[in-house]
Amino acid sequence: MTAPLMTAPLLELRNVWVEYGDKVVLEGVNLAIAPGEFVSVVGPSGAGKSTFLRLVLGQEAPSRGQVLLAGDPMPPECGPDRGVVFQRYSVFPHLTVIGNVLVGFEFAGAPVLGRLFGARRRAALAQAEAMLAAVGLAHARDQYPAQLSGGMQQRLALAQALVKHPRILLLDEPFGALDPGIRADMHELVSGLWRDHGLTVIMVTHDIAEAFKLGTRVLAFDKRRHDPHAPHRFGATATYDVPLLRKVAVPEPAPAAEIA
Amino acid sequence: MTRIIAVRPGRRGRLIAGALPLLLLLLGYALASALRHADNPADKVLPTLSAMAAQAWRLATEPDPVTGQITLLADTLASLTRLGAGLALATGTALVLGLVLGVVPLARAVLGPVITLIAVIPPIAVLPILFIALGLGEAAKVALIAIGIAPYMTRDLAAYVAGLPPEQFVKAQTLGANSWQVAIRVALPQMMPRLFETLRFSMGPAWVFLIAAEAIASDVGLGYRIFLVRRYLAMDIILPYVAWISILAIAADALLLLVSRRAFPWAQGGAR
Repeated sequence: MTAPLMTAPLLELRNVWVEYGDKVVLEGVNLAIAPGEFVSVVGPSGAGKSTFLRLVLGQEAPSRGQVLLAGDPMPPECGPDRGVVFQRYSVFPHLTVIGNVLVGFEFAGAPVLGRLFGARRRAALAQAEAMLAAVGLAHARDQYPAQLSGGMQQRLALAQALVKHPRILLLDEPFGALDPGIRADMHELVSGLWRDHGLTVIMVTHDIAEAFKLGTRVLAFDKRRHDPHAPHRFGATATYDVPLLRKVAVPEPAPAAEIA
Repeated sequence: MTRIIAVRPGRRGRLIAGALPLLLLLLGYALASALRHADNPADKVLPTLSAMAAQAWRLATEPDPVTGQITLLADTLASLTRLGAGLALATGTALVLGLVLGVVPLARAVLGPVITLIAVIPPIAVLPILFIALGLGEAAKVALIAIGIAPYMTRDLAAYVAGLPPEQFVKAQTLGANSWQVAIRVALPQMMPRLFETLRFSMGPAWVFLIAAEAIASDVGLGYRIFLVRRYLAMDIILPYVAWISILAIAADALLLLVSRRAFPWAQGGAR
């Protein structure tokens, strides 16, 4: 893989600020993310990691600056070009496992009824089942999310997002609620999916080891300036941007680097 | 010593424990009734259980000489029809409004205050308006039930939908859903179990409004009958009617619970 920024960036933030009234959350964020990167985002609580994610997701608009997706200004709205997996509540509890994956096809193919029928349904089912197999959930096809373990629910959330072939996959502490053993399995799964599908991933995590293990690049968000009398007056930005020169094909743990 | 909060009766224990107060009530009543009848054999206030059973049997089997219909059956059918119509109207309204208010913040901003305003009006206070506007027929009674419970149900459902995890709405949008699809594929199905629940909670008030409307202007119905025979101190009819209404209410509640459990298996917590 080429070093970041050699290719045209898929996502670009130009001097992005997010402010609520006089509270500054993000200030002057400049970033360019190339296709195929796996960007881990770390930082203390309240350093704007989630705001950054919401910005890329389109849930939030910058108060200043520009967010560009493949060179075009990104509308502040969620869309199928950016998939997401949250820590919790990512899957729909009222749909079976297969229904959760199928629903992405149904949203695209049936704007009025929200359901597919006949040959189109069969075609979508075949793709959904293939994706379930890829994340190792084929055996749980007809179960409801409440019957699945936390790890299986996150596998399902990944499958659900990936059938839409998003240009960017956003992961918001996706493994934060999982047991260590399950987490290791999930790391392998995500690395594999990233490689096989040629994904561009932005993952917010609290776990620094995880950030370095999975990412090709680690971003640390923090505040550069701090006013003890008015802590909200300065926002956070990407204070460290660490490219990891890890070979894409060999997903082994990256050398432990220190974040300042 | 075992703490009282740690004593958990088993299935049979609960059955016995639950039946005990009922039996005691029944026994207490029989005793009081027997004592009064010992003083005055013509006592009407606490009729004996056998007198009530005979009266109930008569009402449930013999046709009324004036109308030619079996009284209990005619009353029950009339009341349940009104109740059903009122509940259907309220449920339909609450379903649509609750969904729209829950999913569309703009609709919540426009309609929320109006619905809150309507919800605080005591429904019985508008009953005269209904009688004047809709006449003394069925429409006013059905409308009272619907107006009485629909605002509460609407608010409950809207709050429930608005309280669904925002992640789900975001996720649906990243999967390409438009607003309509979010409403019918994400919000509506998850709202349905709650609809059954809020309907169950609304049954009590619905009965109150039904009986109030029947008591004031009607010529058939469970509430009408109770208020009619009150003039003759006919406790031997009133008490069986009250018991019959509670049986109907319990049956309706059980039915709603059963349908809800069957229809929404995914909503049963702890299914793992």
